[in-house]
Amino acid sequence: MSSLSTTPPPSVSPDGRAGTLPRTGGRSSERRGDRVFRGLSLGAGLSLLGIIVAIAVFLVVQAVPALRDNTASFLTDTVWDPNAASPAFGIVALAFGTVLSSLLALAMALPVALGVALFISHYAPRRLAGPLGYVVDLLAAVPSVVYGLWGIFFLNDKVIDTSAFLAEHVGWFPLFGADGIYGRSVFLASIVLAIMILPIIASLSREVFLQVPTSQQEAALALGATRWEMIRTAVLPFGKPGVIGATMLGLGRALGETIAVAIVLSPAFVVSLDILTPNSGNTIAANIALGFAEASSTGRGALIASGLVLFAITLVVNVLARAIIHRRREFTA
Amino acid sequence: MKLSRTARLTGLALSSTLLLAACGTDEQRPVASAEDTVDSGITCAEGGLTAAGSSAQKNAVDEWVKAYQGACPGATINYQSAGSGAGIEQFIAGTTAFAGSDSALKDDEVAQAAARCKTGPAINLPMVIGPVAIAYNLDGVDELVLDAPALAKIFSGRITTWDDAALQALNPDASLPSSRIQPFVRSDESGTSDNVQKYLEAAAPAEWTFGDGKKFNGPGNQSAAKSDGVTQAVISTPGAVTYVEGSFAENAGLSVAKISTGASEPVELTGETAGEAVEAATVTGTGNDLSLKLDYATKDEGAYPIVLVTYEIVCEKGTPADQLELLTSFLSFTSSDEGQDLLEDVGYAPLPSSIRKKVEAAVAVLS
Repeated sequence: MSSLSTTPPPSVSPDGRAGTLPRTGGRSSERRGDRVFRGLSLGAGLSLLGIIVAIAVFLVVQAVPALRDNTASFLTDTVWDPNAASPAFGIVALAFGTVLSSLLALAMALPVALGVALFISHYAPRRLAGPLGYVVDLLAAVPSVVYGLWGIFFLNDKVIDTSAFLAEHVGWFPLFGADGIYGRSVFLASIVLAIMILPIIASLSREVFLQVPTSQQEAALALGATRWEMIRTAVLPFGKPGVIGATMLGLGRALGETIAVAIVLSPAFVVSLDILTPNSGNTIAANIALGFAEASSTGRGALIASGLVLFAITLVVNVLARAIIHRRREFTA
Repeated sequence: MKLSRTARLTGLALSSTLLLAACGTDEQRPVASAEDTVDSGITCAEGGLTAAGSSAQKNAVDEWVKAYQGACPGATINYQSAGSGAGIEQFIAGTTAFAGSDSALKDDEVAQAAARCKTGPAINLPMVIGPVAIAYNLDGVDELVLDAPALAKIFSGRITTWDDAALQALNPDASLPSSRIQPFVRSDESGTSDNVQKYLEAAAPAEWTFGDGKKFNGPGNQSAAKSDGVTQAVISTPGAVTYVEGSFAENAGLSVAKISTGASEPVELTGETAGEAVEAATVTGTGNDLSLKLDYATKDEGAYPIVLVTYEIVCEKGTPADQLELLTSFLSFTSSDEGQDLLEDVGYAPLPSSIRKKVEAAVAVLS
């Protein structure tokens, strides 16, 4: 840029100032544009930081009075009774349920999402790939309340049957303990969450897989790789940071999903691995949705405190993802 | 209820079409307006009013607002069913003219509300009675009688099958199956849960040791969100039982249990039996504050004990002048015979006349 702008002036300057002036004027306006744009993007970045800080401050300020009134230990107790005369609430059961349901959802969604993404990017005939891509994007736009209603009206019955089968035949597995009543469980919530985050992961992964340089793919094929080997050696390694990023976005949505979980789950404040039975857990976001309207001021503070924990969990997840991607990049570079 | 609403809408559509067509069919107009005045003991006021609160009384307030605005085109009333807690908070903050609440103001709220009203205290006016049905899904059992001890045990996982001896003793004539009882409670915090637990606490103190509150405390229940959720759960789950506002059970066509209270006969849920229970309540408020204390353990003949009384909370004095006229006009309509009668269509019970008259008198002197 600078080399470009330094070369023309000599050829122009002999003609007189009139010729040079517009140029310098042009140059300084370019600089002004640069400065303005830099200022704007800096402002955007800073305002984002500002918003996050403001949210954190708001949560802390609102939560502190309730935390002060709390008669239980917020960080180590599972009880949740913040509206009582002597409020007692702890985050353990909620945080556990939130993370468990989200991880289960991720475990279910990720393989399918990668399959969908690879199918669209590398296997599907072009005529099919386009529409399929649109459908995936469309799924991502379905409001979560719809997933919730579908989950409770349609999926719950199927999940009850599946759960009964699992409990009967693989009941020894730690997650499948049960007492004869199924459905409205963490299992159901996880499936609904999985379906909700599937399109996010699939859509972003597809974009990443499409970015893989053709030269690398052709090189792999030229070396005699089959299509699967080509995907394994060229596409997946290239796409890994992107897939991790997509996964974290999906996990973020699962962690924060509110209304779908509130609709399908029969919640309880317990730390339990029996994901097939009702009352096997609860999530922070769903608990806020279910408790906020009728909460006392302490109850509201407690819910906001739980929101703060969710905020922290999400932050940790994102930082971890960044760290993983960053390390990847160092390795590949 | 659905039918009548459709009919009303159709009537409205018809009459407006006729008006638009400008046929000048003078015979049609009196009919339409006569239909309107059936509802109205309304003295119109103009302006706008915002209120918020209990979702339990949303359908009632909606019905009133529809009737009131139909009669008074100059008025807009906006009730947000944000929940009792949020409603009281907004009332205290001064953003709403009245709050709908499932319970009377608590001690700490009384002072805050009085500060908001500046020149007088805030008062609780019982306005909507919502009977709570015990709804169940049990093939071949059309009539079921339950009592408080049995309910307390069902909703705490201590009676687990339908042919339990305690239930058979209450229903000697019914053939109860040996299937498992699947009790459903509300997963969200709700005034309905609070009232049911208060009922169990009062009427079955030995069996119910889990306290009250808006969160249902009994162990061993499944739960679902909101009245819709538990209703749907009972519909789709054989052997399920839940407590839910009467209107939901009625609209869903669920079987509803009679309650054995110790009166000579088990009491069926009707507007009348629910009103009977409220009539037996004592007013604990002073002056125009009409907070009620229900006698959940009532053994009065024909009194259905599980009722939810919801209040409108208003400033006795100190409502902003520009809202006062509309507020008074609207609340005197809701507390009138005509207003209360509207509620039976949507599953609520009308206030018993002794209490209704006190509410009406309290509304008349709002300033």
